[in-house]
Amino acid sequence: MTMPENSKATREIVFHVTRYNPESDRAPYVKTYKIPVREGMTVLDGLHYIKDNVDPTLAWRYSCRMGVCGSCGMLLNGRATLACNTQILHIADTDLTVGPLPNFEIIRDLVPDLMTMFEKHRSVKPYIVRADEAESNKPEGEFYQSPAELEAYLQFAYCIKCGCCMAACPTLATDARYLGPMPLAAAERYDKDTRDEGRRDRNQRTGASHGAFRCHYAGECSRACPKGVDPAKAIQYLKRQLVLDYLHLARRKKPCQKMHGTGQGKPLPNIPTAPAKTV
Amino acid sequence: MRETKYWTWHMSAGVVILFLLGLHMLIMHVGGLTHLFAPHSGEAISKENSLFRDGRMFFTVTYILLLGVALYHGLYGLRTILFELTLKPAVEKAVTFVLLVVGLGLFGLGTWAAITTHAIAIAGGRG
Repeated sequence: MTMPENSKATREIVFHVTRYNPESDRAPYVKTYKIPVREGMTVLDGLHYIKDNVDPTLAWRYSCRMGVCGSCGMLLNGRATLACNTQILHIADTDLTVGPLPNFEIIRDLVPDLMTMFEKHRSVKPYIVRADEAESNKPEGEFYQSPAELEAYLQFAYCIKCGCCMAACPTLATDARYLGPMPLAAAERYDKDTRDEGRRDRNQRTGASHGAFRCHYAGECSRACPKGVDPAKAIQYLKRQLVLDYLHLARRKKPCQKMHGTGQGKPLPNIPTAPAKTV
Repeated sequence: MRETKYWTWHMSAGVVILFLLGLHMLIMHVGGLTHLFAPHSGEAISKENSLFRDGRMFFTVTYILLLGVALYHGLYGLRTILFELTLKPAVEKAVTFVLLVVGLGLFGLGTWAAITTHAIAIAGGRG
C-alpha cells in the first residue's frame, strides 16, 4: 500500500516491530521502521505500508479490517488490542511498539499460535446442548426466548475470539493450563442461554483444576476486550453458579420449550418473508 | 468439580475466620474494658483471664474451629499460589498431599494443645 497522493503525511512515526522467524532466529528481536502517518491511519494500515514499501518479509494476520473477525490482535504499546481498530496517532506521538500477543507461541513475527485458545474453547462445549439429541441433530421448531432472557447473555455473545483477553490475563501468563477468559466467558454465555441444558457438563471443565477458580479478578481481560465484552464479570458469574450448583442451591429451571412447528413465532411487523430455500 | 468443592470451603472458611477474628478482637481489645469473657482484673490477656476462657468448653471448641478453618484457608491459598507455577499434574498431586499431611499434623498438634490447656484450666480451677 502506498500513501495516497492527496493525503498529507502529518507525522513520521517509528514502528518498533517484534520480528521472529522460528526457522532462522533463535529469539524474537525488534526491528524499527520509520513511516509517514496521516490522520485516521490505523496500525494495520501502517503494517501494510511497511510490507508494501519497506520490508515485504513482515508477517501478521488480518482479514476484515473492521474489528469483526478478530484476526489482527496484537500488542500495541504494551496493550493487547486490534490493529485494525486502533489509529496510530491515537496511541503514538513519535514511537509505537508492535508485538505479537503474549501468552501464545509465535508462529512468525506478529502471528500468534491461537490453537491452545481454541482447544480450550472447544473443551467447554461452546454451543447449545439439549437433552433431546434427536432435536439437536434435526431441529423441527423454534425455541422461545424472551428479550430479557436474551439480554442475560447477549454481551458475552459479542466475543470475536481475537485472543486479546487471553494475552492480557496475568494468571494465564504464569499458568498455561488455566482455561482463560475467552473460553470461560463462552461457557458462561451458553450456561446463561435458556435454550441450553449443558451447564452440568460444562461445570466439569470450568469447575475443575485450572478452571474458573484460578481467576484472581485482575480485570485486565475486560479492559483489553476491543468489543466491550466483560469476561471478568462472566467468570465471577460462573464461580457463583458453580458454588450454587455444588451446594444444590441453584434454582432448577426447565430449558425453554420449542414452539410447535416452524414459523410459529410472531414476526415483527414490516419484515419481509424469507425467500424460498434453494437447497 | 473437586476444585469447586475446595473453593467453596475456602470461601466458607474465610467467612468463619472473619466472625472468629471479630470475636477475638472484641475480647482482646474491648474485653479488658467491658470484662466480656475477662472477669478478672487486668488485661484480657492476663493469666487469670486466659485460664478463665481456656476452662470454658465454648472457647476450646472455638480455638479448634479457628485453627481448622485458618489452616484450611491458608493452606488452600498456598496451594493456589504453588499451582500457578505451572507444575506438572503429578507434582500438583504431591503438593496437595503434602499440604494435607502438614495441615492435619498442625491441626492435631493444635487440637491437643487446646484440649490440654482446657484440662489444665479446669484442674487449676478445682485446685
